[in-house]
Amino acid sequence: MMRTRFQQQMEDLRERLLRMGGLAELAVDRACQAYTERDLTRCQLVLENESLINAAEREIDEMAFDVLATQQPAAVDLRFILAVTKINADLERVGDQAVNIAERVMDMIELPAVELPVDIPRMAAAASAMVRRSLESFVEGKADLAQAVLEMDHVVDRMRDEAFIVLARKMNEEPQVTQQALDALLVARNLERVADHATNIAEDVIFWVLGADVRHHAQAASVAPRPERA
Amino acid sequence: MGVGITVEHLNAFYAKTQALFDVNIVIQANHATALIGPSGCGKSTFIRCLNRMHETIPEARVEGIVRIGDLSVYNGTSATQLRRRVGMVFQKPNPFPTMSIYDNVAAGLKLNGVGNRKQLDEVVEKSLHAAALWDEVKDNLHKKSGASLSGGQQQRLCIARALAVQPEVLLMDEPCSALDPISTGKIEELIFQLKEQYTIVIVTHNMQQAARVAEFTGFFLLGKMIEFDKTEKIFTKPSDKRTEDYVTGRFG
Repeated sequence: MMRTRFQQQMEDLRERLLRMGGLAELAVDRACQAYTERDLTRCQLVLENESLINAAEREIDEMAFDVLATQQPAAVDLRFILAVTKINADLERVGDQAVNIAERVMDMIELPAVELPVDIPRMAAAASAMVRRSLESFVEGKADLAQAVLEMDHVVDRMRDEAFIVLARKMNEEPQVTQQALDALLVARNLERVADHATNIAEDVIFWVLGADVRHHAQAASVAPRPERA
Repeated sequence: MGVGITVEHLNAFYAKTQALFDVNIVIQANHATALIGPSGCGKSTFIRCLNRMHETIPEARVEGIVRIGDLSVYNGTSATQLRRRVGMVFQKPNPFPTMSIYDNVAAGLKLNGVGNRKQLDEVVEKSLHAAALWDEVKDNLHKKSGASLSGGQQQRLCIARALAVQPEVLLMDEPCSALDPISTGKIEELIFQLKEQYTIVIVTHNMQQAARVAEFTGFFLLGKMIEFDKTEKIFTKPSDKRTEDYVTGRFG
């Protein structure tokens, strides 16, 4: 049997998820640019576009539900659908983190600009790269690309830890900038969460491609790429 | 209670055409084992080798070892002796059309010389209970013929008939392919319950059925057993690419 309709449904699901990934990635980038440039317009764009991400999440869930109910996929196809539903939820949460960052920036714009000893753009670039690469690993169906994303997570964790230390010190030394430092600290935490979601996405790609559960630091038996994809 | 089945180096032929190639498998007692594969892959031939039905076809022959419990199927066991211990249910329900429901179930026992009415009554009721049919037919045991029942009921009647002789193994060759989803559900539920008492081997084209009822699944292709493993492994992460291609519908 050819299962042409099934393959088309799977392809549609893949494309829809990638478009949603693009929206989530854009939201994080916009929120971080808004932080750097104290740009209210970009913040508002992030807030407005959240509804698009939420709608995409519902649409993808419905599509996946439909495929599960009508096609009863098995093996690699079943793993693909499960991975898609989980990645879908993670991308929606990435969108939420972008909204949180935008709200923090809107708060900061109301306050006097101050110099803070934290490199948010660098952290944003790292978290954003993780999201992008995790989606690339999904597009390519390559577990080794996904594995590389997992290895980046600790870098962002370390940046978050450093941000906490220096910002806490700043608040101690200059209590008048506490509000700004607290906002920056929350932005750092949001970015670390974005990185966590990218890690989840990478784990789901590994599960799809290899059938291996690498969550919670369980190591994949092998990350050698397999030729076939759904 | 069910017994295990051991198959070693099984080859089966239809005249000069080889249908099974060196099949080796251990089927666990009191479990349901499903055999899947595309049409012509040898799964039905395999199941028919387990109760010596294969050799009823002219020029068909079998090589290799099949053991059902302590019974060596191809070494000194008569077909009658064997089939008393290995029941079979076919794709199309085949009750004896002129016999009553009661006589259908009692037929095997009567053939084996059981004539005691009380004993027959007990076995018929017990078998119909085991086949989840008792409540639907208890008032018409002697009035209705087997053929007057619905397709799903007929199939459960055939299961009751097979169970009446107290086999240890129940072979099922696509038992639900002619049934509607409700009847299929009842048979599947039945399989689930029966495996506590019997060893069940089921050939099915319906992969979801295999996934639902069997703890172990074997995949056949071109007369060879490609993969045999726990069912959840076969349907979530098969080891062989050919198995994966089949269960994901990429061929077959």
